[in-house]
Amino acid sequence: MTDLFAARAQMALSLAFHIIFAIVGVAMPLLMVVAERLHQKSGEPEYLELARRWSKGTAIMFAVGAVSGTVLSFELGLLWPTFMAYAGPIIGMPFSLEGFAFFLEAIFLGIYLYGWRRVSPRAHFAAGVMVLLSGTLSALFVVCANGWMNTPAGFEFVDGELRVDAWAAMWNPAALVEALHMIAAAFAAVGFAVAGIHAAMLLRGARRGFHRRALGIALAVGGLSSFLTPFTGHLAAERVAELQPVKLAAMEALWEDEAAAPLLIGGIPDEEAEVTRWAIKIPGGLAFLAHGDFGATVEGLKDVPRADRPPVTVTHFAFQIMVGCGVVMMGLGAFAGLSVLRRRPIADQPALLRALVLASPLGVVAIEAGWTVTEVGRQPWVIQGIMRTADAVTPMPHLAVPFVTFTGLYVVLGVAVVVLLRRQVFAAEVPTLAGEEEVDHGA
Amino acid sequence: MAPELIITGVIGAALILYTLTAGADFGGGVWDLLARGPRAADQRRVIAEAIAPIWEANHVWLILVVVLLFVCFPAAFAAISTALHIPLTLMLVGVVLRGSAFTFRAYDPKPGAGARRWSQVFAVASLITPITLGVTLGAVSGGFERDPVSGLVQTDFISSWLAPYPLAVGLFTLVLFAFLAAVYLVEETDDEALRAIFRRRGLASGIAVGVAALIAFIAAEGAPEIREGLAEAPWAPLLHGLTGVAAVTALVAIWRRRDRLARLAAMAQATLIVAGWGLAQYPYLAVPGYRIDEVAAPEGVLWPVIGALAAGAVLLVPTLWYLFAVFKRSRAGRVSQPH
Ligand code: HDD
Ligand code: HEM
Ligand code: HEM
Repeated sequence: MTDLFAARAQMALSLAFHIIFAIVGVAMPLLMVVAERLHQKSGEPEYLELARRWSKGTAIMFAVGAVSGTVLSFELGLLWPTFMAYAGPIIGMPFSLEGFAFFLEAIFLGIYLYGWRRVSPRAHFAAGVMVLLSGTLSALFVVCANGWMNTPAGFEFVDGELRVDAWAAMWNPAALVEALHMIAAAFAAVGFAVAGIHAAMLLRGARRGFHRRALGIALAVGGLSSFLTPFTGHLAAERVAELQPVKLAAMEALWEDEAAAPLLIGGIPDEEAEVTRWAIKIPGGLAFLAHGDFGATVEGLKDVPRADRPPVTVTHFAFQIMVGCGVVMMGLGAFAGLSVLRRRPIADQPALLRALVLASPLGVVAIEAGWTVTEVGRQPWVIQGIMRTADAVTPMPHLAVPFVTFTGLYVVLGVAVVVLLRRQVFAAEVPTLAGEEEVDHGA
Repeated sequence: MAPELIITGVIGAALILYTLTAGADFGGGVWDLLARGPRAADQRRVIAEAIAPIWEANHVWLILVVVLLFVCFPAAFAAISTALHIPLTLMLVGVVLRGSAFTFRAYDPKPGAGARRWSQVFAVASLITPITLGVTLGAVSGGFERDPVSGLVQTDFISSWLAPYPLAVGLFTLVLFAFLAAVYLVEETDDEALRAIFRRRGLASGIAVGVAALIAFIAAEGAPEIREGLAEAPWAPLLHGLTGVAAVTALVAIWRRRDRLARLAAMAQATLIVAGWGLAQYPYLAVPGYRIDEVAAPEGVLWPVIGALAAGAVLLVPTLWYLFAVFKRSRAGRVSQPH
């Protein structure tokens, strides 16, 4: 294992781990706040219990999100000091603002989780709304920073001296589309994941009134977002086509410059022979998606020197996986929506419930795949066109050691979280709120 | 005022606030580890209740320090995270294990063997992080030479931190955090027997702080700039005097059960210690290659960050106050009421 490879693997692993917990911090507050509001309006106790059960799971996820996020902010320097020495001042604005968003999120989450009996119902609900807002803002800010790596802007060197326009760097061309897509994806993924859990409980015949309400909220959030995600993803693709044409070609495994470029579905790229085999081609499809014109020309990879090409196979497969997941989720969301319109309760349709159980990991899979597209598709650059990843890595030797250490740590944490969440879900089978006071304060 | 000095001041203030808040959370872990006797479980419960709602917010001060360092002093951030890769990695392992273990223990609906194991992880991890944090702070007090050609830090990744002074600062940090925690914990419970236990711990660790400070001062042989700063600067006698007064006040107040006064004096003592360390470090971020004015980002970066900090503070100060008011006031209010 070379040190560069170990550093990349550690960064990728840490981010892939963190993002799972981060999206929970972004989206779960919405589910909890909706349940709490429904309780306040209807007085139905199930909704209150739901908000409380959900907030326990969220507390577990949030803690792991906070500590794994801390690891990330240090790892930027531990693994990529040269990158940070260059980019730190330029992307400082989103990172500084993100610090405050984290603060607000942690403060209001503390009040939300532990303040059920200490603040008024209205203040409690408001705290939930603040968690939701600040969680979404932190996602916005961090993705702005990542967008700058894809489309660097807002700085210049005058006589070797750095001049920064902090605002222009933050709102670089990729920032807003990437962030909107990410936030929509977070709500879609969490909505579907939670819907799957409650669908499974309904199939087991567990407390119907409780899980039916939970499923309703989760599916409303997940289903609506599953339409926003592909839409914003399409905007992202247009931006990639314009500013990162090599990444686009790798996503589509397109080798030749082609007029009326086809959209490839499936297919196995052969990076040696520079062809993609066994793909279904939709003529003009890519040209239309990328440039809004069925006849447009899309640049292929053959003109790009080999040293400047990203790993095509990984990027292409990851893109296919993301889009595939997105299509299935949108289909399921549409089907569930139609059921509601036709007044056929979802809880009465075992086939749909089973499909929801199967679909529950798809959003998370799509998010991991989407980040692989963004990050691997940018290689060999860490800052597109400006700094190569190989030049950014720390001189520290034996990087395999921290990589193995953190891998072990994440495996242990991952297992522990799954075990605990399972226990929490089954604890929801206890129908009363007995002992709640204990848990509230002891927790 | 030069913008890099404002930012340095904010970093120093954030470090102080981290010490006063998250430091005590770590110290709570130390007392969890050392809880003995028939009331051990009760002590652990008080500690857990005191920490639970606030530790995540307290923890963000550290993030703020890191972010301000890499945004405003990128070369120093790169140098520190390169040369101190090993202690920083250990610190992260501690941060991760402590936060997760604490939460896993609190949220296990079936407390039993699993919860006890997480309890141990939480307690041991609460030792790792303060020590490695102190080692890191001690290490930046010397040996950070810049390579004149590459501009990168010259380092063998070991010798700058595996030395008597950084290790002594690591020990000192641990003892100081434990002291703060013990003093705060007295006011976290109404149970007079528990309060007495925490007072005893406060006295013992308060004396240990003095011993550890002496060890660190002797070990500072290896960090001459710091020692000079601590011993010979014009402000040094005043600062040492004030720190001493705060320390003695804290101990006497604990002894005489003036718990609120003890808490304030301990906080003042910790504040003065961190501030003194920062002043002794001035004008360097990492001695001797990284002077604040030489490694600062351009003003065009610093002023917008200061603006963002000011705007953020407007939101942050009232919300933090609210958090502590919700979870800390109510206890103190109850305590002062006659039964
Ligand atoms: C629930 C998750 C999810 C789903 C269903 C989709 N995506 Fe996505 N996608 C993401 C989750 C995601 C992501 C993880 O959130 C990424 C990574 C970086 C980013 O900003 O969003 C992303 C990145 C990303 C990019 C790369 C942007 C860049 O490199 O800067 C493109 C072009 C798309 N997406 C396009 C799509 C399209 C056309 C979809 C149609 C179905 C789609 N995505 C579904
Ligand atoms: C290089 C990438 C990233 C870094 C350096 C980073 C850093 C951090 C840090 C330091 C925290 C802890 C804050 C606390 O203590 O409360 C955190 C938590 C969080 N991060 Fe990340 N993060 C990264 C990627 C992301 C992404 C892509 C998202 C987008 C959704 C995200 C969203 C969040 C959220 C919402 C939290 C709050 C904690 C939670 O909800 O679990 N982060 N992150
Ligand atoms: C949280 C979701 C994210 C995931 C899952 C993710 C995934 C990855 C992956 C797979 C790599 C390795 C690429 C390779 O070496 O081939 C990587 C590298 C990297 N990512 Fe991301 N990324 C995420 C968000 C971010 C954000 C928000 C930032 C910064 C603001 C960031 C900064 C980096 C850096 C500095 C590297 C190392 C250099 C490089 O490989 O280009 N990432 N990430």
